[in-house]
Amino acid sequence: MRVLIVENQPDRLAMLAPALEAAGCVVAATLNSARSLDAQIQVLRPDVVIIATDSPDRDTLENICVANQGCPRPIVMFTGDGSTDSIRAAMQAGVTSYVVDGLDPVRLRPILDVAVSRFEAYQALHDQLEQTRLELSERKLIDQAKALLIKQTGASEPEVYREMRRAAMDRGLKLVDIARQILQKPT
Amino acid sequence: MSDTPTLPILQDPSKRDFMKKTTGLSVAAALMALVPPGVREGAWAAGTDGLEKTDVTFGIIPLTDCAPIVIAHEKGFFKKYGLNSSVSKEASWANIRDKVSIGALDGAHMLAGMPIAATLGIGATPKPTITAFSMDLNGNGITVSNELYERMVAADPVAMKQRPTTAVALKKVIDADKAAGKEAMTFAMVFPVSTHNYELRYWLASAGINPDKDIRLIVIPPPQMVANLQSKNIVGYCVGEPWNQRAVELGIGHALVTDYEIWKNNPEKVFGVNLEWAEKYPNTHKATIKALLEAAMWADKPENRKEVVQIISAKSYVNAPPDVVDNSMTGTWRYNRVEAPQPMPDFNVFYRYAANYPWLSHAAWYITQMYRWGQFDRPVDIRKTAATIYRPDIYRTVAREMNVPCPTGDWKTEGMNKNPWTLKAATQPIPMGPDTFFDGMTYDPAKLMAYLKGFKVSNAKVDMAALARLNG
Repeated sequence: MRVLIVENQPDRLAMLAPALEAAGCVVAATLNSARSLDAQIQVLRPDVVIIATDSPDRDTLENICVANQGCPRPIVMFTGDGSTDSIRAAMQAGVTSYVVDGLDPVRLRPILDVAVSRFEAYQALHDQLEQTRLELSERKLIDQAKALLIKQTGASEPEVYREMRRAAMDRGLKLVDIARQILQKPT
Repeated sequence: MSDTPTLPILQDPSKRDFMKKTTGLSVAAALMALVPPGVREGAWAAGTDGLEKTDVTFGIIPLTDCAPIVIAHEKGFFKKYGLNSSVSKEASWANIRDKVSIGALDGAHMLAGMPIAATLGIGATPKPTITAFSMDLNGNGITVSNELYERMVAADPVAMKQRPTTAVALKKVIDADKAAGKEAMTFAMVFPVSTHNYELRYWLASAGINPDKDIRLIVIPPPQMVANLQSKNIVGYCVGEPWNQRAVELGIGHALVTDYEIWKNNPEKVFGVNLEWAEKYPNTHKATIKALLEAAMWADKPENRKEVVQIISAKSYVNAPPDVVDNSMTGTWRYNRVEAPQPMPDFNVFYRYAANYPWLSHAAWYITQMYRWGQFDRPVDIRKTAATIYRPDIYRTVAREMNVPCPTGDWKTEGMNKNPWTLKAATQPIPMGPDTFFDGMTYDPAKLMAYLKGFKVSNAKVDMAALARLNG
C-alpha cells in the first residue's frame, strides 16, 4: 500500500513514517506543504493520503479531488480530538478514516486497510442507496401530486394521471418534474 | 426546451401560467388555491422568540471579510440577541465545510459557492447546506509577478494601459510560450468552488484563455500565496485581501485588477449553516442573522472602518499588519509600487446596496459557473436548486422584524446598471451600486441556458440538452 503523507509537524512525522513502514506500507513521499501536492499525486498515485484535519493543505487536496477522477479518495485524517462523537460525525461526513494523535503504531496498518476497504464498500453502497432513494422519492411525489389533484378537482385517478403525463410529454419533462411543479417541491 | 420566451417564475415562483397552459383550467384553478405565495415565510414568522440554543460557535478563515462575524462577536451584537458566541479560526475551507456538516460548528464564513457545492455534493458527501445571509460584496484581486507583468507590457503595451486591465496581453504571452514549446504557466486560487476561481477563470476566458488547457490552475491557501509568488512556484493568483496588497507592498507583484472591476458589486462570502441545524434551531438562526446584519451595518460605515481594521488584524483573526489590512478596508487600492493608492470606495461592501440579501439569482450564477467549468455534470433545475440553498425568505423575515429595508423579489439581472440606481422592488427603496461585467456581458436569470451558451470558452461536461429540458 502506497501512502502519501502531508504533514508539517516534524515530531508527528517522525512517529508516523517509521510506523507505517514497519506496518508494511510504502511511504511514497512526505510533503510538508501543498506546494507540489498535485504533481506528486499524479506521479506517485498513492492508495491513501494521510493529512491532519487542521492542515490548510486540505484545500489543495480538495481541488485535486474535484478536478481529477484519479484522486486517491481514501483520505485518512489525523486529529487531536479523540471523542467518539467527533469521530462518528467525521465518518458520516464522508471522511474515510479518522486517526487520533498518539495512536499505537501497531494499529496503523489495520486502520489503513479498513479505510481502503470501507471506502470501496461505502462507494458501492452509496451509489446504490442514492439510486433507490431517488426512485422511491420520485414515486412518492407523483402519488402525492395525483392525490392532490384528485382531491381538488374530483377527477378520477386515471384522468389525473393522463393529464399529468400529457403535461410532461408536452414539455419534454419527466413525470416527477410535473409532480414537483404541482407540489411546489424544489429539486 | 429552449423555446419558452418568458419565464413567469422570475418574480412569482408559483408556476401558475405554466399549469394553466398544460393541464387545463380546472386543475390550474385547483392549484392556485393550493399554493398561495409566501407560505414558507409565514411558517418562519410564526415561530416563538425563544432561542433553542444560546451557546454557538462560528467558524472563520483569516481574511478581511470575516469582519461581520468578528464584529458581531467583539462589539456585542451576538450578545444583544441572546447568543453566547465563540469564534473559531479554521485552517481550511474544507475544514469549514466539514465542521458545519457534522455540527462541530454552528455556522461559518463561507465562500458563496460553498453551500451550493455542499448541497450538491461537489467535492464531498452531499449535505444540505443553506445561507440566508450574504456577508459582503467584492473584496478580491488578481495579482501577477513583476516578471509576468513586464512580459505582458512588452506583449501589448496598449492593452496594459487600459483599466480595468484585461487578459489580452496575457493571452499573447501564453501564445508566445506555446509557440516556443514552453510549459504552461501556473496560477493559483483558493478553493475549487471559490469566487476567486470563478473570477479568475472569467477574466482569463474573456480574453480567450482556457484556464484548464492554456495554464495550470492550482489551489494554495490564502496566507501562502505571497510566499509562493515570491519563490516563483506560481506567476499569479486570485485571492482576497490583504494578500494582493501584501505582494504590492513587498514589491514582488502587480495587483492587475480587482474583482470589483471584473463584476461590479459581485457577491463574495456568505454565512452558511447546515439545513438540519437551521430547521432544529430556527430562532437561534434568526437571532444570528439579526446580529450579523447589525454588525454589517456598523462595519459598513466609513467612520467605523479604522476600528474594524484594529479588531480584525489581531492575531486571533486575520493576523496581518494593520496597515496592510487598512488599504482595502478604508477604500483604497494600490495596483503597484509606482502608482499612489487609488480610491476604491466599494472594494469592501458589507451592508449598502442590499449586500446582505441572498439573491437567488446569485446562487444561480454560481451554478452556471460550476457547469461551465465542468465541476458539476448532473442536470438540475438551476432556479429551483438555488431556492433550496439560498434562503431570502428567512432574510426577509428577519429584516421585517428589525424594520430594515429589504428587497421583495428574489431575482435580479446583472450587467444592466452602469451607474448607481434605486431598487424599487423593496420594502423601502434601496440605493444600489452598478452591476456591470467588465466584458459587457449581461446575466438574466430567466434565460440561464442562453447565458451558459453565450460563453466562448467553456469546459462544460453536463448534457446540455438535458440541462435545457430542466431550465427552458
